[in-house]
Amino acid sequence: MAWDFESDRSIYSQIIEHFELSILSGELLPGAKLDSVRELASQASVNPNTMQRALSELERIGLVYTQRTNGRFITQDLSAIENARNNFAKKHIIDFLNRMQSLGLNKAQIIDLIEKYYEEDLQ
Amino acid sequence: MSNILECKNLRKQYGKLVALNDINLELPEGKIIGLLGPNGSGKTTLIKLASGLLVPSSGQITVGGNAPGIESKKIISYLPERNYLDNTMTVNQLIGFFGDFYPDFNKNKAVDMLTRLNIDSARKLKTLSKGTKEKVQLIMVMSRNAKLYILDEPIGGVDPAARDYILETIISNYNEDATILISTHLIADIESVLDDFVFIKNGEIVMQSSVDKIRDEQGKSVDALFREEFKC
Repeated sequence: MAWDFESDRSIYSQIIEHFELSILSGELLPGAKLDSVRELASQASVNPNTMQRALSELERIGLVYTQRTNGRFITQDLSAIENARNNFAKKHIIDFLNRMQSLGLNKAQIIDLIEKYYEEDLQ
Repeated sequence: MSNILECKNLRKQYGKLVALNDINLELPEGKIIGLLGPNGSGKTTLIKLASGLLVPSSGQITVGGNAPGIESKKIISYLPERNYLDNTMTVNQLIGFFGDFYPDFNKNKAVDMLTRLNIDSARKLKTLSKGTKEKVQLIMVMSRNAKLYILDEPIGGVDPAARDYILETIISNYNEDATILISTHLIADIESVLDDFVFIKNGEIVMQSSVDKIRDEQGKSVDALFREEFKC
């Protein structure tokens, strides 16, 4: 089953996000082995070169590491994962705040609304 | 990185009709490239020039540094838009035929792919459905160890499941030294598989870029860009 991609930004960045989410949500556990580039490209239905570039970037930011002969693994460095979680949250919160501000809401109103719907959603 | 295919001032006329006008094009090694354009834009003419089925009216085309001929045909694996195989052959005979013809044909690979599709290789081609025949043809073409694969409309007339299979076959058989040139007008289906694309319109190249570059710079898919560029 191919992954879903938005049409308004690069496939490369969406592959990276897909892995980040899988790692942060615990779907991919620390130390888990990744499939080969070719298999992953096949599963995602994307260009193998693009998959390769995305994995290199994940390696650069420390979420994935390569063991010379064994392949690629998810990092076991929990602080790197925590770091990625913060960055991910930050990015989405800024997006969200920008959208709320464009609706004309100020900080106090946004916080009120968050509290209101946070409670409702939990019940 | 060197180029697998180069065109210099390439021109092709059929009588008075200009099919390709002054094409200058370089396709690098190791990429999956979409040749995209509406019907009648010159895609198949360009492909037939590359595979040596047509001769240029003027200008040059080279594949791996050679003009189309014996040498270039050794390194090109070509899937024409039409079914060109002998319908009275069995799939087994076809495998033998390809093996005799092309030293780089990997018989095991072909058998393996056919087995995974549950295609009975004792059957004659004429007893297979259209979609299955197209898959068999693609399997033959992708089982060669070529430098340049040219696939003319490989996803044209097949159902969505078969289309997924075809894309999957292309991805899983791709090796990073080879280039795959795929002509199609069904861009949305194939966009995520491409590195680069070439837009061709009325016999001229109007754009050559990478899929992710367009998405990053313009915030839209190549499919959306195509619809704007070729709006009727």
